[in-house]
Amino acid sequence: MEDDSVFFIGDRGRITNNPLLDQLPSYQSLLYRRKSSSIKSKGSSKGRMSISGRLNTERRKSQMEQRAIKELPLPMAEKRIHKDQRTEERKYLISCRQWKAGARRYMKRLTDDAHTFLSSMKLWRSDIHQIEGMFGTGILSYFSFLRFLVALNLIIFLVMFCFVMLPMIIDPNPRRNVTYNEHQGNVCGTYPSITRKILINYHEHILDLLSGEGILERTYLLYGFYKSDEIRFPMFTYKLPLAYLLATLGYLLLSLLWIVKRSAEGFKRHLIKDEDRFQSFCNKIFAGWDFCITSESAAKQKRNSLLYELKTDLEDERIKQKMADRTRKDKCRIYFLRVILNMFVIGVLAVCFFCIYAATTFSQKAENRNKKVNFIVDLIHEYLPSIVITLANFITPLLFSVIINFEDYSPAFEIRFTLMRCVFMRLTSIAVLLFSLWSQLKQCGTDPCGNQKLCSCWETRVGQEMYKLTIFDFIIILSVTLFVEFPRKMLVHFCKCPLAKMWGLQEFSIPQNVLEIVYGQTICWIGTFYCPMLPAICTIKYFCIFYIKKLSLIKNCRPATRPFRASSSHFFFLGVLLIGLILACLPISISLAQLKPSQACGPFSNYNTSWEALPAAVEALPQNAKNFINLLGSETFAVSFFVVTCLAMFYVIALAGAHKKVINQLREKLVMEGQDKRFLIQKLCQAQNVPVVKSTPRLHSPSRRSPSYHTSFSSNYNDAVVLAHSPPRSSTHV
Amino acid sequence: MGNKQTIFTDEQLDAYQDCTFFTRKEILRLHSRYHELAPHLVPMDYTNEPDCKLPLALIVDMPELKENPFRNRIVESFSEDGMGNLSFNEFVDMFSVLSEMAPRELKAIYAFKIYDYNVDNYLCKEDLEKTLNKLTKEELTPEEVELVCEKAIEEADLDGDNKLSYADFENMITRAPDFLSTFHIRI
Repeated sequence: MEDDSVFFIGDRGRITNNPLLDQLPSYQSLLYRRKSSSIKSKGSSKGRMSISGRLNTERRKSQMEQRAIKELPLPMAEKRIHKDQRTEERKYLISCRQWKAGARRYMKRLTDDAHTFLSSMKLWRSDIHQIEGMFGTGILSYFSFLRFLVALNLIIFLVMFCFVMLPMIIDPNPRRNVTYNEHQGNVCGTYPSITRKILINYHEHILDLLSGEGILERTYLLYGFYKSDEIRFPMFTYKLPLAYLLATLGYLLLSLLWIVKRSAEGFKRHLIKDEDRFQSFCNKIFAGWDFCITSESAAKQKRNSLLYELKTDLEDERIKQKMADRTRKDKCRIYFLRVILNMFVIGVLAVCFFCIYAATTFSQKAENRNKKVNFIVDLIHEYLPSIVITLANFITPLLFSVIINFEDYSPAFEIRFTLMRCVFMRLTSIAVLLFSLWSQLKQCGTDPCGNQKLCSCWETRVGQEMYKLTIFDFIIILSVTLFVEFPRKMLVHFCKCPLAKMWGLQEFSIPQNVLEIVYGQTICWIGTFYCPMLPAICTIKYFCIFYIKKLSLIKNCRPATRPFRASSSHFFFLGVLLIGLILACLPISISLAQLKPSQACGPFSNYNTSWEALPAAVEALPQNAKNFINLLGSETFAVSFFVVTCLAMFYVIALAGAHKKVINQLREKLVMEGQDKRFLIQKLCQAQNVPVVKSTPRLHSPSRRSPSYHTSFSSNYNDAVVLAHSPPRSSTHV
Repeated sequence: MGNKQTIFTDEQLDAYQDCTFFTRKEILRLHSRYHELAPHLVPMDYTNEPDCKLPLALIVDMPELKENPFRNRIVESFSEDGMGNLSFNEFVDMFSVLSEMAPRELKAIYAFKIYDYNVDNYLCKEDLEKTLNKLTKEELTPEEVELVCEKAIEEADLDGDNKLSYADFENMITRAPDFLSTFHIRI
């Protein structure tokens, strides 16, 4: 009795669908287009169309009308018919509604044209198109991330330029010789020798350029140049300290908002994904192939990477099974091993951090000695912290990837964990550098003459360190491409020995490259407060890096064997960038709120902390504004704001939970509908007594009751008889 | 701006702009691409809607489709006769659906058609196996292919009939984050 009579033998003995299935509205929307056959079927089905069928088509029609024509899954001819119908209908509308509809269409077309124009103006459009065709969307996401950073840095520089540099440039009465008074507040006998010499050595020029000292110290580049008085314009006075403070807070806030906005879309998609049923296989089969790929080599690479991914996933399944089979003894052994290895990792990190601290201290002391030994040695002394940081960042990922093999995690978790460790290493090394500078600064309180350059104007020193880090980072990226990857490629191509072939070309590893540029961006964020021209330098740096990396990718590298998926990468990039931003905010907020600005230089020399510029400015406002701002800063406002935010958060969480529940219910309902459908078709076929053929056995028996349908089913029984005709000749098949 | 083009009338370009995701300039560019495929067959003047169809073999030779393992199925599902002969309307339709601006639902409908090799409105195991073999150029062993297809059906099948109906497929696509970014061709 339980035959699955969804299929039956049609006209020419072929197994076709039950014609009832063809009439279902869900199927109608998927009809294949056969112009001739559709006309035929229209003709033949005209007579067969019952009342309920006609109602269905009308309902579908009204649904389709609400959607834009271009989104309908119909062939062009039918879409044009639709469009003509709509224009016809619109003629009969009242004139004002007609005007509204026309105006809406015009606005829509205008916005479409504007979008096209804006997207054609996007930087590097053709380069990115070329990369996408050759390497797919995974690597593309890295380059569009780079483009985003160029734009971000440019905007930050514009903010600093407009509010801090421009007023000083157009200052009607500059008093240059008063701005940088290194002698003010100087209790030591000797002065640091920053006096200008008559004949400046060529080497010293280069050294100055590379380390931000000497001639660069008294330019707009560094903090020390900006003055602390107000700038008197004819119309108003411009408080430079306040502007400097607000511009700093402004660029941090702007970066945060922009990153959050950019990641919001990716996050939405991330939330839709159901964490329990992560469908790795379906995703790979149906959404795995990049339709953008146009070159043969890229197609081969994509195929290989898909193959590799599938094999790895099958391997994952096997490992999961193995992990489930682990005995207790095994588990203890593995946990013990993991603890040991993690402690080893922490030990390695501690050693690196200590090296950075020592290098920074040594570098500061060496500079203070003022003995110019040799150009190269001086350069090394200047760049010692940067060199140590770069070495540490180079060695530790290799170490981590070796260690993780012994820890016996699942492959997906391995990659994520190694990445987390590398992120931690990179970003904390900057923190350690700043910490070592800060510890030196503390000594200024007790011994101001020991480290004169630092104590007299410490913000300039910090700015110089950040400047050096940026320049060195750029030099390293350039040198690695030229002096490591290029010879490696030459070696692999021209050397015949099997060792070279096995070593292979450099892999373009997206995570490591992304960490590199996020590291650079974090330095830029921290350094902009001390070195306002740093964003401009970073913009140029990232601009050049784009072309360097593109060249390196095309000529020297092969894409990684374990490819990075575009979707998760979007989230990953912005997540790491956000961590960098949060890390950058910490030193800046500490230095704004706690540290005493140097008295000899800079816009905040008159205040006890940099933050004081704001309350001082508020004091100068009229009484009403003062009261309002005091209210905003008071505890009552803060507490009530916090309470309101918490309430909003709880509401949104509850809403999300409710939606999730509804989604689960709908999912279950979908399953039941499918079973109901099959059950009903079966009953109808029995009622029709058409010849049936056994198909593949079902997993669930349809013996479930569908009580909601019983009553309606009996009333539609006559309809069922009406609908039971011989199958249409060619609705689906040729 | 420039010479007034004589390939299409203004109404035709209007209609194309409303019915597809392309602008006028892009439609004209598409027409020149279509013309390039067979300069002798494709007329330059489309104002009176000539009935000209290009065969499958010419279309799948385009650089955008040449490396795609599903190129035959893509062209077939947009052709009216199911054999892959595309008129200009269908050509534009195809690239419109595959463009960046097309919404996910529209792409899902056509993706389902493309992957449905035996045209029975279900993605059964054979369809999946064919898809997988096309993707990997048959470099997986038959046992691995079977295992992967089983797992895929297990993941996406909701109504338990051991094959994927459109509802299952669409539900799976909404949870596939890569779909929108990979299922698009730039022309």
